[in-house]
Amino acid sequence: MTEPNPTLRLKGIVKTFPGVRALDGVDFDVRPGEVHALMGENGAGKSTLMKILAGVYHPDEGQIFIDDRPVVIRSPIEAKEHGITLIHQELSLAEEMSVAENIFLGELPRKKWGFVDWKTLDERVGTILQKLNADWGPRTRIGSLSIAKQQMCEIARALTHSAKIVVFDEPTASLTDAEKVVLFDVIEDLKAEGVGIVYISHRMEEIFKITDRISVLRDGSYRGTLNTRETDEDEITQMMIGRSLELHRRNIEHAEEGEEVLSVEGLSCGRLFQDVSFTVKAGEIVGFYGLVGAGRTEMAETLFGLRRPTAGKIRLAGEEVHIGSPSEAIEKGISLVPENRKEQGLVLGMNCRDNITLPQIDDLTAGPFVANGAEVAIYDMYRDRLQIKAPTWRTLVGSLSGGNQQKIVIGKWLSMKPRLLIVDEPTRGIDVGSKSEIHKLLRELAHQGYAIIVVSSEMPEVLHVSDRIIAMHNGRITRTFSADAVTEEDLIQAISGLTSDKAA
Amino acid sequence: MAALVGRLGNGDLKGLIARNGIFIAFVVFMIAFGIGVDRFLTFQNLENVVKTTAIIGVIALGVTVVVLSGNLDLSVGSMLSFGTVMVVDLHDKIGPGAGILVMMIAVLALGAVNGLLIGFLRLNSLIVTLGMLSAIQGLTLIYSGGKNVDIDPSTQDTTWFRVFGRGEIAGVDMPIIIFFALAVVIGMIVAYTPYGRRVYAVGGNPTAAVFSGIRRNRVVFSTYLVSAFCVGIASIILGSRVMGSQNTVGQGYELLVLAGVILGGTSLLGGSGSILKTVIGVLILGFIQNGLLLLGYPFFAQWIVTWVVIILAVWLDVAAKRGRLLSPIA
Repeated sequence: MTEPNPTLRLKGIVKTFPGVRALDGVDFDVRPGEVHALMGENGAGKSTLMKILAGVYHPDEGQIFIDDRPVVIRSPIEAKEHGITLIHQELSLAEEMSVAENIFLGELPRKKWGFVDWKTLDERVGTILQKLNADWGPRTRIGSLSIAKQQMCEIARALTHSAKIVVFDEPTASLTDAEKVVLFDVIEDLKAEGVGIVYISHRMEEIFKITDRISVLRDGSYRGTLNTRETDEDEITQMMIGRSLELHRRNIEHAEEGEEVLSVEGLSCGRLFQDVSFTVKAGEIVGFYGLVGAGRTEMAETLFGLRRPTAGKIRLAGEEVHIGSPSEAIEKGISLVPENRKEQGLVLGMNCRDNITLPQIDDLTAGPFVANGAEVAIYDMYRDRLQIKAPTWRTLVGSLSGGNQQKIVIGKWLSMKPRLLIVDEPTRGIDVGSKSEIHKLLRELAHQGYAIIVVSSEMPEVLHVSDRIIAMHNGRITRTFSADAVTEEDLIQAISGLTSDKAA
Repeated sequence: MAALVGRLGNGDLKGLIARNGIFIAFVVFMIAFGIGVDRFLTFQNLENVVKTTAIIGVIALGVTVVVLSGNLDLSVGSMLSFGTVMVVDLHDKIGPGAGILVMMIAVLALGAVNGLLIGFLRLNSLIVTLGMLSAIQGLTLIYSGGKNVDIDPSTQDTTWFRVFGRGEIAGVDMPIIIFFALAVVIGMIVAYTPYGRRVYAVGGNPTAAVFSGIRRNRVVFSTYLVSAFCVGIASIILGSRVMGSQNTVGQGYELLVLAGVILGGTSLLGGSGSILKTVIGVLILGFIQNGLLLLGYPFFAQWIVTWVVIILAVWLDVAAKRGRLLSPIA
């Protein structure tokens, strides 16, 4: 079998930061018309490698070849000139500008005198959007689109350049299933045009669906490349973390059900969700599963006092309560690990200890001052219990890996000793190793008698941790399943709104 | 100083210079001026600089708290005019004690207006305090009827009010003592109390602070009370030192104060910085101005030089963060 020469080849890339060898001799290549997955735990060096490709970092050693010619990429602009395009995990769009303006930002077609040629612009963008099956036009304001649609615009931007290499960094993190299908179609089209694609994702099912080869990094070093067709999840996982995990196991434990902690009756919040009723008992994990926009997060935020319900009752241990603000929720023993840890969960510029003790800082005083010892004790306790890997408590949270950041958020809320723990997307953007640790932790917490609500858009996760699963669609509960009676087919039907019969 | 020393511990020499550029520049500057200008490094001159800086310094302490929480306060200059005119005017009318009390209440009320608009209505702090800057100036002129005020010359040497601006303890001028004492108190509050932690959290990430049960609105509101309180203290020092006041005595202070805060290294984005940094920043500013005056430049030359110094400070700060002097993206 003759293999085409790779479009992009990295050879022996080494990058060190003070005290860390972030990349230790990484080899990687992408052939034209191939989807090459890059996998590894958070902190394995994927982002560093991508930043080298993008010209943000410069390798200390090693060479980059494009079409067999050695190149040096000094800046993002040079990367673009070499035909390398990155689709970032975090979007970089100008919210107040139109779709068309964003897509051609910096290179808008001009007429004489330098005026923008709006007609040509609209036509060109229109064609691209059509290709992407977009139901919005070139003149739509970016800010008015959903995150998923904004991401499609980011992809559209890549399509306008004659890209040789397109790097997708966790592209499906906020996409719905339907949108994923469109994305995968786009990737197929790019392949057909001979573009080489680097695909970074933690989601195994996607990796197996669309990639041709898989390269794995661990702790900055290159662990090998596998042909997707000849491998399986276990092999990849082992390469990534050096041991095997049982990620797809269902939850088979039966919780020892305790007292009813939370009971919600007919809870509504405007158009966000309506008539939501359920209970959570001590020692039980109730999973909320649904598509983006189904109202799960909004429901969780209402329980935490971030939104005012328009109707319905909330009872804590049988007693009706009104929760007007997060501080009231905290007083009543409710904790929320929010959906977006960087925006909602953490103050990234603060150290680990200060982040963990933030909600209870008022109670940690000696005289008028914060009791340093008590604070450090709390940090140490949760560092050990959750196996947080940080050099010291003085380390800024922003410099930790995603998994450890998430553990800080969980530690922060566990240290409040809540009666009810709500966890929204517990493992979003977290590598497999930390993912399974967090799942295990949630099960342990349930064992210890916590009442837990887990909101997630990942089916394996919901199946893995929940004792009961509540499916939501369009702001309403469509069905409730018990862990031993749930099937994936039923669950998909329930969240797509295909069935409306309520089963117990 | 601990933060400074801690940062010296890691990194190479280049990074060290980049990170602490302003302090190194300060030392070089002091030495150069000490050699070049005769009277610069005398105890009397240094004391004089700290004393004149004390008023800006006291205000900068409060403004630092506001900036740490992620906002601005540009109304402090005209608030200083207002406070000084009021405390001087009331001195003869209702006595120094009652005068100070009434003035403090009035100034805190103005701070509360800022706090309500920015904290609870969540209006942009730049707009609100810029508006307050001119509104308070108007208020001052209405109060005084446009006339300068002063304390009856016959009582100027006998009133106990003189102690704040002209008194001294153990040979140290009172304004200096007040400045450093207040710096220690506010510094301790900011660094070591739950309140201080909340201020940093709100400035660092307001959303995460709210998700942690912090009442963001109240914290922001309170920072404007702290700021107004400091302006009140500064008004007492200024009124007592001059024993009179023009209607526009505080004009331009808002920028000098902000310059000191930025120069020290407190981030305008909020969430990072400290009272110690502000104290150093304000002193640097004071020495630069003093040095220029001793060299015979007219006092308004310092306005231009101050601007240059701030730009340099901000530039070095971002350059240190991104590791090179020019922006990586063309």
